[in-house]
Parts: sequence; structure tokens; C-alpha cells
Amino acid sequence: MSGQTAPSPEGRPKLQSFVRLQYDETRERWVLQAPERVLVLDETGKEIVELCSGERSIGEIVEHLAEAYDAPKDVISHDVNAVLQVLSEKGVLVIEK
Amino acid sequence: MAEAAPGNGKAGRAVKPPLAMLAELTHRCPLQCPYCSNPLELTRRSDELGTEEWSDVFHQAAALGVLQVHLSGGEPTARKDLPALVAAARDSGLYTNLITAGVLLTRDGLFELAGQGLDHVQLSIQDSEAAGAERIGHFQGGHARKLTFAQWVREAGLPLTVNAVVHRQNLDHLEDIIALAHGLDAHRLEIAHVQYYGWALENRALLMPTREQVERADAVAKRAREALRGKMVIDYVVPDYHARRPKRCMDGWGSQFFAITPRGRVLPCHAAETITGLGFSSVRERPLAWIWEHDETFNKFRGLEWMQEPCRSCEFRDRDLGGCRCQAFALTGDAAATDPVCEYSQHHEALAALAHADSGAEPPTGEPPFTYRR
Repeated sequence: MSGQTAPSPEGRPKLQSFVRLQYDETRERWVLQAPERVLVLDETGKEIVELCSGERSIGEIVEHLAEAYDAPKDVISHDVNAVLQVLSEKGVLVIEK
Repeated sequence: MAEAAPGNGKAGRAVKPPLAMLAELTHRCPLQCPYCSNPLELTRRSDELGTEEWSDVFHQAAALGVLQVHLSGGEPTARKDLPALVAAARDSGLYTNLITAGVLLTRDGLFELAGQGLDHVQLSIQDSEAAGAERIGHFQGGHARKLTFAQWVREAGLPLTVNAVVHRQNLDHLEDIIALAHGLDAHRLEIAHVQYYGWALENRALLMPTREQVERADAVAKRAREALRGKMVIDYVVPDYHARRPKRCMDGWGSQFFAITPRGRVLPCHAAETITGLGFSSVRERPLAWIWEHDETFNKFRGLEWMQEPCRSCEFRDRDLGGCRCQAFALTGDAAATDPVCEYSQHHEALAALAHADSGAEPPTGEPPFTYRR
């Protein structure tokens, strides 16, 4: 969202304990199950979410994905921050210091 | 990344699969809220679906594509077998939301449900403080019990949503209601303006807010949402009687959602029985998948083909989907009519006048003579 600065790369994103990553068999897609809400994840979103255990920093997540996809860090960083922002706003993820 | 839309089912199925279901486990409830969305005729305990029946329903629902179940009623915690029901729902892969007044459970009872895999609790509050809350819910000591219950929910490590139904009697307390929810460490607050079916329709003259109250409340909600961004999500269901555009009801009839009544009838929305002349199938007689796809009532207002003018040729038809069938029926006698909330409905002016008249209804001296739900 405009006006919001990206979180510090040291921050450690963590999926809230009450949120479940689940495979939706019927629709053949990955979703996040949250209180009275279902969020659909695309391939990128799912990859990022799987790395949000609270153990890795944003910087580490970006490095990991940049290597895995052989892609420039700044592009990955942009995507990762965008996803984290949305999930944060929807209350399913927190960024621990 | 997107909010879930129905999505495509497995190849060969014409109707897109549902996403969520409402399980009305019982009509029993110790509160008597005058806006209850249950029908005026409440189902007897002896007619309720049993544990095994519900368990089977949950598994059928999950196989059909349902991802979330709202365990509700009446008061779902009135069911002694609730732990087994939660376990069955969890076992079938459904995400479980308990929709409760929170006054019947003990701390142990709640922890037991958490142990069985309950994912989330939505707790109702009737007002910002006890006096108002108890006049509305008609249950002594209810408000204090809810506050304690909310603490237990958080102690059990479960996310808490507070649901506040608002209307003329409590809308001016909205700021305090929001503060209360935040103080209870709610992850989310749902501010729901009363919808006028069933009991709420009976009590409409006492519940209808004035236009000014609504405008003030809209502003309060907007400010609070900004101030609490990142701390508490605020979902605000706008009251439509004072509006000009109808709500996109249920995201479409027979599109994403269905409800099951305590005795097993499957409904396209929780208020559908208010439309006289509609028949409903029961899970005691038919498989859920058959009902979703083939039941006459489900197909009656599915898609856009059923629409009359002005909806049929309207530029907004895909957005508004004609508004609400139940409301159209309640106000015009025709469930296929345009929802009178819509400014293009021939009945719109009459509805606006009605809302104005009801909102100004003189409060009687002493206790408001609500028709309490019993």
C-alpha cells in the first residue's frame, strides 16, 4: 500500500498459530484457512508462506528464494514484501523483531 | 493472492462447489435477543440431528469442497456432544468456527473444545455494558460471563472475534463497543447491523436506527478501523434499509454457501425459510452433493436467468446480483423481485419512508416491549 515502508529485513515473519496452510483438493489449489476467511495462494505466495515459521528473517527468505529461482534479489524482495504486507493487513501473519 | 472465490470444481460438475457452511446445531439458547435470525418456529430438541448424523454431514460437506464450518444455532454449546462434533468437523478437514454467546461453557468445557481441535471462537456481545446488554439479551449476568469467557478463549490460545449486533438501542455506544472488543484482545470485531427477518422483523420498530445514527456510526467505524489497523480487524456490515444499493447477498444464491437447520434441512441462506412456498431437501433424505447441485430451491435463484427487470438489463447485475431474495420477499411478496433497498426498485421510496418512520418510533416508557425470542 502507498505510504507504507517495507519492514526491516531482520524482521522474522511468522504465520499466526490459528492459521492453517491447506491443500484444497476440490479446487486443486493451496489456501490459507483463517477465522471465517479463506485466502487463495498462488505458487509464489505458497512458497513464501512455507518459509514464514518465525525462524527465518525476511532477508534470509529473499536470499533463499533468489537462489531457488535464480532471480535478482530486488525483484524477489519486492514480491516478498508485497505478500507479507497483504498477509499482515489481513491479520494472518506477524513480523517479529 | 486473493480472497477465495468459488473456484472450479473437478471436471464434469456443472455447479461450482460451496466454500462454507453454517451448521445450526440446535435452536436451544438461553438468551432471547429480539433480532435473532432463527425462524419464529423453533425446532424441538427431539427433532435435532444427532452426533453421527452431523459427523456424516461434515464429511459429505468436505468432500463437496466446503472448507469452513460455522458451528452455530441457537446456542451450539447447549449441545452436550459439542466436543465430539468439533472432533468430527476437524477430522473431516474443515476449519471450525464456534459462533457462541459464551454464557454456558465452563473454562474446562472451552479447553476441551480447544483440545478437540476447535480453530476459532466468535463471541457475541449485546452492548458495551451490562445494563443495556441484559435488556437486549434478556439473560441475567450474561454480559459479565461473556467477558470472563473471552479471557478463557485467549488463555486457550484461540483467536477471538467479537460480534456486536447493532441497532437503535445500542448504536450510540459504538465507540465503547469497539473499545471493549479491543480490551478483550479480539483479533477481529464484526459490527453487524440488524437484518430484518424473523424476530428482527417483529421488533423492527424498536431496532431500526435513524439515518443520523447510522451516519455517525459509519464515521466511528471508519476512524476506528484506521486507528486500530494492524491491531484489530474491523468488519462492518452496512445497514441496507438506509442505503440505495443492495447487498450482494451470500455472494449469490447457491453460490458459495449453504446452511443446515437443526433438523437437517439444507438452505441457500439461513433466512430462506421465510420465503413461503419454497421446499427444502433434508440431509436425512438426500446426499448433500445431490442437494447442492439438483435441489429445486437451490437452482431457483442461481445465476442471472431468474432476474426480472430492472435487474435483468441492469449494468450492476453482476455486482449486486439483485440484492437479497428474502428481503425482496419480505417487503414485496415476490422473492424474484428486485431488493427494494436498490434505488431502481419501484418499492424503494416506500422502504425509505418505512425506515424513517420506524426509526422515529417513540420509545415507550419503562422497558421496551420487545417480543423476546422464546
